[in-house]
Amino acid sequence: MAADATSWATKSGFGKMAILFWAILAALPLIGYVRDDPSFDYYMFMGQSMLIYGTAVLGLNLLIGFNGQISLGHSAFFAVGAYTTAILMNFAGMPYWATIPIAAVVCFGAGFLFGLPALKLEGHYLALATFTLAIAVPQLLKYKAIAGWTGGVGGLLLEKPDPPFNLPLSPDQYLYYLCLFVSMLMFWFVYNLLRGRSGRAMMAIRDHPMAAGTMGIDTALYKTVTFGISAAITGVAGALSAITIAYVAPDSFTLQLAVSFLVGLVVGGIASLPGCILGGVFIVLVQNSAQSISDWMKVSFSLRYDVPAWAIYGVLLLLLMYFLPSGLMGGLIALKERLFGAKGPDSTDDPAPQASRND
Amino acid sequence: MGAILEAKGVSAWYGMIQAVTEVDLQVEQGGVTALLGANGAGKTTTLRALCNMVRRSGTTTFDGVDISRRSTEDIVRMGVAHVPEGRGTFVALTVEENLKLAFHTRRDRAAAMRDMDLVFDYFPRLKERIRQQAGTLSGGEQQMLAIARALMLAPRLMLLDEPSFGLAPLIVQEIFRILRQINRDAKVSMLIVEQNAALALELADQVYLLETGSVVTSGPSDMVRNDEALRKAYLGY
Amino acid sequence: MEFFIQQVVAGLTSGAIYACVALGLVMIFVSTDHINFAQGEMAMFATYIAWALIDAGVPYWIAFGSTILIAFVGGLLIQRFILKPLENAPVLALVVCFIALLSIFNAMAGMIWSYTIKPFPSPFPALDLTGHGLVNVRQLGVVGVTLIMLGILTVFFRYTTLGLAMRAAAQNASSARLMGVRVSWMLALGWGLAAAIGATAGMLVAPLVFLDPNMMTGILVYGFAAALVGGIANPAGAVLGGFIVGVLENLVGSYVIGNELKLTFALAMVVGVLLFKPAGLFGRVIVKRV
Repeated sequence: MAADATSWATKSGFGKMAILFWAILAALPLIGYVRDDPSFDYYMFMGQSMLIYGTAVLGLNLLIGFNGQISLGHSAFFAVGAYTTAILMNFAGMPYWATIPIAAVVCFGAGFLFGLPALKLEGHYLALATFTLAIAVPQLLKYKAIAGWTGGVGGLLLEKPDPPFNLPLSPDQYLYYLCLFVSMLMFWFVYNLLRGRSGRAMMAIRDHPMAAGTMGIDTALYKTVTFGISAAITGVAGALSAITIAYVAPDSFTLQLAVSFLVGLVVGGIASLPGCILGGVFIVLVQNSAQSISDWMKVSFSLRYDVPAWAIYGVLLLLLMYFLPSGLMGGLIALKERLFGAKGPDSTDDPAPQASRND
Repeated sequence: MGAILEAKGVSAWYGMIQAVTEVDLQVEQGGVTALLGANGAGKTTTLRALCNMVRRSGTTTFDGVDISRRSTEDIVRMGVAHVPEGRGTFVALTVEENLKLAFHTRRDRAAAMRDMDLVFDYFPRLKERIRQQAGTLSGGEQQMLAIARALMLAPRLMLLDEPSFGLAPLIVQEIFRILRQINRDAKVSMLIVEQNAALALELADQVYLLETGSVVTSGPSDMVRNDEALRKAYLGY
Repeated sequence: MEFFIQQVVAGLTSGAIYACVALGLVMIFVSTDHINFAQGEMAMFATYIAWALIDAGVPYWIAFGSTILIAFVGGLLIQRFILKPLENAPVLALVVCFIALLSIFNAMAGMIWSYTIKPFPSPFPALDLTGHGLVNVRQLGVVGVTLIMLGILTVFFRYTTLGLAMRAAAQNASSARLMGVRVSWMLALGWGLAAAIGATAGMLVAPLVFLDPNMMTGILVYGFAAALVGGIANPAGAVLGGFIVGVLENLVGSYVIGNELKLTFALAMVVGVLLFKPAGLFGRVIVKRV
């Protein structure tokens, strides 16, 4: 089946590649000691964002790519995670690191609860319900009755943590490592989950929902729990974002955020773990280059107003759906096969997204 | 009298599976040709290939015009009416709406209205149920409706896919009687796919026997009817 | 009591707009089985075209008519060029495609006309009819336009052969082809009609809320709720659903939860209807294809 996790994950060499990949990521901040670049801290901040988005996309991918449930509302769980951290830090005086597991638990609960009604919905209808959720969230966060906790429209300002134990790191270098550690943990967890029994059950539900049920898989339980885990992972990403940005506000959690997760997912590749990181990197790059793309377009096409990131997302989504439905990872694998003619065990995979076919 | 429909070397696929291989067949102007064979012999696929409803190769000519690359809609509009397997009823439309659908493609509204009267002459039962939702009709009535819908297109050739399927013998008799009448009076040529070989042999003048996607034998229907060995081998009676 | 009536009238007015949005959604659902997330942004974009025409000195009703026409052609083209290649694609690809369209229309409006809000004229004067601010001509106009549109659509689908062909194509595409119906054009026509209806909705909304690229986001959610309440495959139901949702929204907003949670209320309605009454109040059961 499409990008079956078990096929690539059990392939020899995948584990080594992954370790190498994470080692390179861990080595990146060291460049700061060699090169004296005044904007290095900014690059570190970008790195944090990439890891955070990558983790958020991982959560979404677990749900869409591996379980076949479509969500356009993961910005909601990202928000819940971020606000959980912000509120605990602000009102309970909790240390930032202790809030992350709590955010995970809270988001698991929220995701599990939303997963219950989602059980009865499929394809377009689930997309519709989650789309509505994404749109309702900012307004809900601004609600007066809870403004004492959420800070209302203004949001909550947090304190940016310093490196502990007098580590010789700048705050941004340290936060990069924090994000790296947490996201690695999440990827490791998902990797193991997918390789095991539960992972096979999740994918069976995606590919053959009816058959999975008759084979004795408790589809309802698996789907809701997957929804919960997916929300928890995206929520952890939200918690990290609250810590690194040191600020939460309702208008950062709009539909556009959910769309950017979707972009990351489609760019990286549906049902591809490495693709999640690629997607995260990509989202941040687009956001950062949006201004220059906009300036270039304004000059080239003599536009009067800025080109928003939305436009770039939209055009990209369309182009990807037509020309690279398997995302960058799928494209890379196809390219490798063409160049080296290597036909690995996963090379016969149908690259088209298989998630939630309804016919 | 030439052939109204001529297929040469037609092959057809369902997905990756080839279901029909190099079939040649002809329907004479005003004639009735039967396509017989066991279940899974490729009869329905052949019929679909003729109207380009499946992936196919080979050439098909209708009345001397090459229709191999025409779309299904165009072939229908040229005068080939296909009564599909499963009857293709528009269940949520009324009987009348099912029939009036033909008005969408026909320019000659007055003639179309006359055809509607004609159709009701053939199938008075449908006239009784004119305002009823087509999904509520019985199987036999739905089969009649399918034939009636095809007739509304004022076709010169009808492709009939198992008109007797799942129907009581009496209804089948009635439907075949009407088909014969349509062929005789309205001069509509027919290509009919049937499981009920005896019935089809009575109606048809030419027969093709299909086995695993290829024509094994063909000829006048009398020939097949009188050849007991052939009947036993392929038609099971 | 007067306040109550006022809220009901206001609810009917916004309900009429939700009904328009819902009608557009139903149109696409009926002809293609899809839920168009870009319906709101398409309507918004069309409204900007109307604004540009009026701004250039075109009389209101001419701008109104030409916008509907432009939207119709635009919808047709979107189906032919963007969606047709994805006809057999999985749901996710389609959802992604709709989200892409939503983003592109929103961004294009911002790029061409900026994100600052603009006033949009209404053809109906805000003339008070009862003397105590209960009902005014503008409200009646909005409701009237919606009902006229429903009437036109009903006549089109029930009494024209083209409408019949569209219904047939939606019900059983392969059988419709065998009746000579050009099915893929019927889908395109469905999109064209949806876009035209959406444009009308946009032009009705804009005078009430000011024109801006995000004007339809919340309204679209209510449109979804309305379409679901009415049964997503049922045009008349969608209009009734629109009125119900509009009135409910206003009453619940003023008596129960306040205006701040209106979108949450819409969310609850969408999820609630999907869960407990998936066929809507007036719709047929949506048969799941296996």
